[in-house]
Amino acid sequence: MNFKNRNRSARTDMLTYLGVTVAFIILTVLKSTGGLNRSQSGLLVPICCYIVMAVSLNLTVGIMGELSLGHAGFMSVGAFSGIIAAMSLADIIPSPGIRLAIAMVVGAIMAGVVGFLVGIPVLRLRGDYLAIVTLAFGEILKELITCLIVGSDGKGLHIIFNITGSKTADDLHLLEGGRVIIKGAQGATGTQTIATFTAGFILIMVTLLIVQNMIRSRTGRAIMAIRDNRIAAESVGISITRYKMIAFVTSAALAGSAGALFGLNYSNLAAAKFDFNTSILVLVFVVLGGLGNIWGSIIATVVLYILPEALRSFATYRMLIYAIVLILVMLATNTAQMKTLLGKLIPGRKKEGADNE
Amino acid sequence: MKFLAYLISGISLGSVYAIIALGYTMVYGIAKMLNFAHGDVIMIGGYISFIAANYLGLPTLVSVIVAMAVCTILGVVIEGLAYRPLRSAPSLAVLITAIGVSYLLQNSALLIWGANPKSYTPVVSGTLHLFDGQLTISYVSLLTIVACIVIMIALTLFTGRTKMGKAMRACSEDKGAAQLMGINVNRTISLTFAIGSALAAIAGALLCSFSPTLMPTTGSMPGIKAFTAAVFGGIGSIPGAFLGGILLGVIESLARGYISTQLSNSIVFAVLIVVLLVRPAGLLGKYVPEKV
Repeated sequence: MNFKNRNRSARTDMLTYLGVTVAFIILTVLKSTGGLNRSQSGLLVPICCYIVMAVSLNLTVGIMGELSLGHAGFMSVGAFSGIIAAMSLADIIPSPGIRLAIAMVVGAIMAGVVGFLVGIPVLRLRGDYLAIVTLAFGEILKELITCLIVGSDGKGLHIIFNITGSKTADDLHLLEGGRVIIKGAQGATGTQTIATFTAGFILIMVTLLIVQNMIRSRTGRAIMAIRDNRIAAESVGISITRYKMIAFVTSAALAGSAGALFGLNYSNLAAAKFDFNTSILVLVFVVLGGLGNIWGSIIATVVLYILPEALRSFATYRMLIYAIVLILVMLATNTAQMKTLLGKLIPGRKKEGADNE
Repeated sequence: MKFLAYLISGISLGSVYAIIALGYTMVYGIAKMLNFAHGDVIMIGGYISFIAANYLGLPTLVSVIVAMAVCTILGVVIEGLAYRPLRSAPSLAVLITAIGVSYLLQNSALLIWGANPKSYTPVVSGTLHLFDGQLTISYVSLLTIVACIVIMIALTLFTGRTKMGKAMRACSEDKGAAQLMGINVNRTISLTFAIGSALAAIAGALLCSFSPTLMPTTGSMPGIKAFTAAVFGGIGSIPGAFLGGILLGVIESLARGYISTQLSNSIVFAVLIVVLLVRPAGLLGKYVPEKV
């Protein structure tokens, strides 16, 4: 039984890698032959970023079982540290590909460090209290980044922390030829957009490799044991704090590298973009895709990210339709009557539902 | 004197938060769900009272009562259509549904009333001058504080003394047992949503009297802050929501006055985090130790 299960999960993993790769090849071919219009190909990199965000949040919400409402905060940390890294290295390393890779690594490290610092207080709490504190940290990170003014010149990085709101980029006193990277509330302006779809694909593959291998490892089993029964897990000698921290920091670091890619995809980016609503957006992807289901997160992200764009012809009604779809899907998948109805309509589904019980 | 001015504006802002937080905490206490759409009910309340006063020409007090009636119906309808079918569903599913309802309300408001901010006429105008004009207090502030205290006392009496209040407390303690005792759980939860939404309408009118711009997103941030206030005071506890709201308002006002306008929200949230670390169930919340 165990062996059979193992085979099945390994097969699902392989299918996920295969699916993502096939989708990447098809889209790349379409893009190079002109099968995608400008606005469609513009969606490719953000979709990659949000897929990584959803998969990494799934690690916290689905696998670890704690609700996080501040995931966009880590994305924001990754985005701005990635932008600073890529922009300040512009003269030293001319190759955009290498700079993008460095930016993503820097973004991941910075977000991981912030994740660790946030995790120390957050992971002591549980349930709704944990949720509200992650929300609070998300908002704090957003406001702190709004206060940053950063520039770089021949002497290195200059950073001002603009608490009173009275300082401007002139206070950096940059040397000749220096450039301002982040201008407080305006955010990063004049960023070179070096993000590419290929980088997005590689990031998704790396994320899947990390997350799926983690879930199937001893660490992942420990994390899921804590989720299913904290007291039982503790009594067999699993260190709650340690494993929760591993999951949380991994999730934050992946969000950070997704943020770096996202930040380098736009020439202008304000910290206000990464607010509570962005966290919620990603959470919706995760929940609709199925908690703990990595493949589901990917599909849900693609569908839900494209849905509002596809509804663009309905203009004003599109978010209304999105909201109604959201409510109806939740009602359809979570009420007993609808489940039996679906079971009658789709014969295969009933069995699956019985499996989950 | 400056301190006193900040303090009073903080208490009145906190009173608005407290009124919203009372609605949040009652719903949480009984339905055990985070009703993210609560902030948007506030916004709807603001719009309804705006329309009743400006287009229908009703007196201010009547317009607020109209808003209360509309929001009460709205709250009960939302609960019946969106939340009731999910009573036994996992809490995350209910949370996402609440987010869906919140989007729905915001975008409906956007379609009906447009994105342009409306300028709301305060429910009462004028200011009180004290100490030779050194300290000015607007009547809206005084009204808000009084309204908040009255609502707090009324709710405490209602849940403590009446039969319906007793039913509410029973449901929040144990729904199954309450049902066995002959309490109509669904009706009690509906009633809770009705009260919470009526409070949201009052809060909407008061909130818009403070900052007279009314937009479809007006309710979001106060909603989140009131939720923070409810957690701060201990979610599920009525005096806790009151205390949490007032403290949050005062901290925000003092932080804005003395430290930094840009970081005022951060300071509020930082205080919340510290409080939750010291008292994990909030200031007045009951800490329930886990039994094995």
